[in-house]
Amino acid sequence: MQPFTTLHSVAAPMPDADIDTDIIFPGRFLVLTQKAGLGPYAFYEKRFDDQGRERPDFVLHRPRWRNAAILVAGANFGCGSSREQAPWALADLGLRCIIAPGFGEIFQANCLNNGLLPIRLAAPEHARVMAAAQAGQVLTVDLAASTITLADGGLIRFDIAERARQALLEGRDEIERIRQDAGPAITAFEVQQRQRQPWLYAAD
Amino acid sequence: MSPATSPQTLYDKLWTSHVVSEDRDENGDTTALIYIDRQMLHEVSSPQGFEGLRARGLAVRRADTQLAVADHAVPTRHRDQPIADPLAREQVALLERNTTATGLRYIPLNDGRHGIVHVIGPEQGFTLPGITLVCGDSHTSTHGAFGALAFGIGASEVECVLATQTLRQRRARNLRVRVSGTLAAGVTAKDVILAVIGRLGASGAVGHTLEFCGDTIEAMTMAERMTVCNMSIEAGARSGLIAPDERTYAWLEGRPMAPRGAQWEQALDYWRTLHSDADATFDRSLDIDAATLAPQVTWGTSPDQVLAIDGRVPDPAAAPDEAAARKIARALDYMGLSAGTALQDVAIDHVFIGSCTNSRIEDLRAAAAQLQGRRKAAHVKALVVPGSAQVARQAEVEGLERLFTAAGFEWRAPACSLCVAMNDDRLLPGERCASTSNRNFEGRQGVGARTHLMSPAMAAESAIAGYLADPRTEA
Repeated sequence: MQPFTTLHSVAAPMPDADIDTDIIFPGRFLVLTQKAGLGPYAFYEKRFDDQGRERPDFVLHRPRWRNAAILVAGANFGCGSSREQAPWALADLGLRCIIAPGFGEIFQANCLNNGLLPIRLAAPEHARVMAAAQAGQVLTVDLAASTITLADGGLIRFDIAERARQALLEGRDEIERIRQDAGPAITAFEVQQRQRQPWLYAAD
Repeated sequence: MSPATSPQTLYDKLWTSHVVSEDRDENGDTTALIYIDRQMLHEVSSPQGFEGLRARGLAVRRADTQLAVADHAVPTRHRDQPIADPLAREQVALLERNTTATGLRYIPLNDGRHGIVHVIGPEQGFTLPGITLVCGDSHTSTHGAFGALAFGIGASEVECVLATQTLRQRRARNLRVRVSGTLAAGVTAKDVILAVIGRLGASGAVGHTLEFCGDTIEAMTMAERMTVCNMSIEAGARSGLIAPDERTYAWLEGRPMAPRGAQWEQALDYWRTLHSDADATFDRSLDIDAATLAPQVTWGTSPDQVLAIDGRVPDPAAAPDEAAARKIARALDYMGLSAGTALQDVAIDHVFIGSCTNSRIEDLRAAAAQLQGRRKAAHVKALVVPGSAQVARQAEVEGLERLFTAAGFEWRAPACSLCVAMNDDRLLPGERCASTSNRNFEGRQGVGARTHLMSPAMAAESAIAGYLADPRTEA
């Protein structure tokens, strides 16, 4: 996983609430079994017309935001389906950070597992960042300091679980981490559980 | 009072009994490495995990805890032939290859146990009270109907469970949904959960586990309880729970993968401890008076955009704030509806009875009973897609298949079908569907397709009327 340290980028505004993962990655493309190269399918119906031509009014097609690495989204972004194709596709588009008043929980976890930083902000701070995004300002996201700096120097602090923050900063892989740190604890749990609930091990 | 005796919710008990190691951060949030007892795998969210495992050179830690079945991309017709879509065919074949290579149980398409993951897990007795159960599918909350802590995960987490049998999770808050009173005739479990989602909102339960309780829930069949828990995620909650009771145990006893003999008795002793203690504290609660509920139907593009069938399409101008007005206007634009239209004046093109929400035998019986020998409206195309081969066989034995086909419905083979529209069951732009599934999102049933969520009884009545229709209306 690519470490996340700081990010300087314009931020594409997408203020609609409840942008679900079906909108982010439409279901008909779920027959693709790879993780890589899914960017072309992201927001497909919003980005392309029925002839497959780019919709010029889609935010990531407007010249100002075409190379945005930050998305400032509306409430409950990424709700719905657990499809990890959604963050894979967003990351493939070059996005590294999504700022919203709230996220679908499975989507949020999927982002963290792919080096994509989900930042949750309360309404007043979110409104400031949205205004800056709409104005085409460059934002600076500093994960080590847990801050967003606006072009006017305004500083916004954000909360993120410490373990998730460390994992992103180091680009650390969760499976390796668990295997290194918890192997004996997992085995001990299994020994105990097998004694207490042997029916869960009957098929062994 | 010692911690051991402090009152606990059902969720607290399930969480505590699966903690491998726990951390508390400076915000007071608890995260833990929790042990995963069971995982279900399907063709969409597992290939990347198997690939990752191969790349790491790791084996599956406990093959006996995994059960795989293909359901999402599977066609509902011509099941005696190879899948026509080459990508879907390869996706299903890949699941078969991956499970064979790793020694996992795989239920093939033409097996008598085949079906939608969330239908067959319980059917096979793979789902049990007191366990943690995950699947790379957000409707895994279904299994909470048995008192299992069950939640949807992403593909990276699927890989993590295959490799380590654990996941790092943040402990959820407890939200009690107490439903009391007797449901009126024509009002179902689907109407209860749609009403709950309408009250909570699509993100209202993010960070919480829902526990459904109250006499209305206690009186529900297991199928009804599964319908309720299934849609917890549509209010933002990853898990929904119902405490197991005698009905749960009677339903599970003798299922192929359920414990037997002395182990069954031992399991029962444990399962009987799985309920929220009388004085347990919930962070939030919601009370629903079942007797006042009317049949519910969604009008918009989010499951919380729901009203009673005798209602009218809302007006953005009457919304409390600008954001709410925008949300309504966006939904009306996509749905091709005008503010103030009576819901029963909305004409439909399709009816879909199926999905992990409403494809069990009880659902098909309810829909068939509603038909009462009547025929669907001529212009409506109607599909029934049973949730599993077992449900299909039972429906055929009971003559439901003939009732449906006589009413002009197509009787299909089990799969997710029009709930996710990954196979060739897809609507055209602008087409409108009365659907027993769980999501009315933009494009969910096909590009530009319009979905109204409802109960099987309402879907059947709507098929006959050709409009969204009240199942309480006598023909």
